[in-house]
Amino acid sequence: MAGYILRRLLAMIPLLIGITVICFFVINLAPGSAADMRVSMNPKYSETAREKFEKMYGLDKPLYEQYFIWLGKFVRLDFGDSFATDGKKVTEKIGERLPITVGLNVLSMFFIFLIGLPLGVASAYWRDSVFDRAATVAVFIGYAVPTFWLALICMYWFGVHLGWLPISGLTSYDYDSLSPAGKFLDLSRHLILPVSISVFGALAGISRFARSSTLEVLGEEYITAARARGIGEGAVLFRHALRNALLPVVTILGLSVPGLIGSSVIFESVFSIPGMGQLFYMSVMMRDYPTIMGILVIGALLTLAGNFIADVAYAFIDPRIRYGSG
Amino acid sequence: MARGRLLRRLNKNIILFGGAAIVVFFVLTALFAPLIASHDPGAIDMASVFLPPSGEHLFGTDELGRDVFSRVVYGSRVSLFVGIVAVGISVAVGVALGLASGYYGGWTDSVIMRFTDVMLCFPSFFLILAVIAFLNPSIINVMAVIGLTGWMGVARLVRAETMSVKNREYIIAARLAGLSHARILFKHILPNVLSPVFVTAALGMAGAILTESSLSFLGLGVQPPTPSWGNILTAGKDNIMFAWWLSFFPGVAILLTALGYNMLGEGLRDAADPRKK
Repeated sequence: MAGYILRRLLAMIPLLIGITVICFFVINLAPGSAADMRVSMNPKYSETAREKFEKMYGLDKPLYEQYFIWLGKFVRLDFGDSFATDGKKVTEKIGERLPITVGLNVLSMFFIFLIGLPLGVASAYWRDSVFDRAATVAVFIGYAVPTFWLALICMYWFGVHLGWLPISGLTSYDYDSLSPAGKFLDLSRHLILPVSISVFGALAGISRFARSSTLEVLGEEYITAARARGIGEGAVLFRHALRNALLPVVTILGLSVPGLIGSSVIFESVFSIPGMGQLFYMSVMMRDYPTIMGILVIGALLTLAGNFIADVAYAFIDPRIRYGSG
Repeated sequence: MARGRLLRRLNKNIILFGGAAIVVFFVLTALFAPLIASHDPGAIDMASVFLPPSGEHLFGTDELGRDVFSRVVYGSRVSLFVGIVAVGISVAVGVALGLASGYYGGWTDSVIMRFTDVMLCFPSFFLILAVIAFLNPSIINVMAVIGLTGWMGVARLVRAETMSVKNREYIIAARLAGLSHARILFKHILPNVLSPVFVTAALGMAGAILTESSLSFLGLGVQPPTPSWGNILTAGKDNIMFAWWLSFFPGVAILLTALGYNMLGEGLRDAADPRKK
């Protein structure tokens, strides 16, 4: 197992280098330099201030040298200071918001699995039934619906029209004065809309995968053999079929990380949730390049981490992977 | 008897045919927009702002008195165009890289596949937003960026197919006959690896249209006055309290189109998979 983990970790090194190269390429897409942008936006900057600024961010050096300077900082996860007026360190800004985004996504993922897996398995078991058709169409609608649009409609309907749920932020104004139970209730009420919409949108991937995977296993000979031996349907499904069918679902866990992280921009903007996605959107609008780069890198690292965890978990539960070519 | 079989096939492929019907409906709408639209989509009429849906204005009017139905009809052109160009780019890049990778193998393969892995590490919406932030949110940039961040799946698929095809006897025969690599690649391998690409392309259309609408929602998509479903919806969202029709109808159009392409893709995949017959 340790050998397998080590091999996986080593395989991530070229990916990490690639990620930095692409990020650096994106920074240099900017028309003119970041310094131009800053100077032209503020008439108070003089030519000397511009030179100082260029020196400060190393923009006066040749491109490859800039890359290595940037890489040196990257290794220490130092993305520099934000261009925003608060001038905080990018790492600090992201650090404040990262737990919120990760927490929300983990919560969504939990419900996606909780609902998506049984849905997919039931669809496969009662294949081509009315239930299967209805479930298929339902998850496809979730996959096709523009999430921000559904969010707006739900906010209007449940929040404003019916007044059942809060429509923005994570907590109410009086949050600090609430009892622990009250805090939990308040937070949960704020999370209902964003999490349900996110789960609805992401059900398709996992439930379709569980469906086709279960279908495939149900067609295997050992299932027919189990049935022929007179084993009850429940035992055939749960003890024989699902164990094999649901193993590969773990890999979907890793694959769905980039999608979830990406869509946090939309959710956090719509629901005014102070997470990394909202920060990313604000940084894009303000052209706060250091923060944009920092978040892009962190997003890619989260994906790498998600894939790594999924791979290791898969190897842990399925020995064939550990001892295979890996 | 023949009719019974037809019905059974229709029932079996209901996802495929349902999806195809929706897609054809919206493609026809885009093609015949001038005939379908009841008004000029840009015509401002300050005497009739915020009118609810009626016989005269099927989907109501917006804050400038423009006819929402006509704007949605014309918007289908822009959304379709964005989808086709973006998917065209991803398919072209993906097929080229996948063919090269699968056919030549060795170093070419390693480099291309590592690059693909790296691109897959980025949450594509982050990458798209970042690039759009550095460039400008014009329709060309939006299409290019969506296309250039969506080719990885195609490349992997085509690579796998190419590897399974390239050692077949007819390819070896072609090599022995002295055909050039280019000719073998495009004449003999390409046609045999394309069918799974259609599935990905259909799913990609749905993704591209949704991505454009998300970008529009953030103000970074196709820019007004060009009507795209995304920006019509976004313009209407501020008035959702008293004029729901402004954002409701374009949203339904996006939902149905994306649903249609997804069903089409899934149906094609099912139809192509012999195990599910």
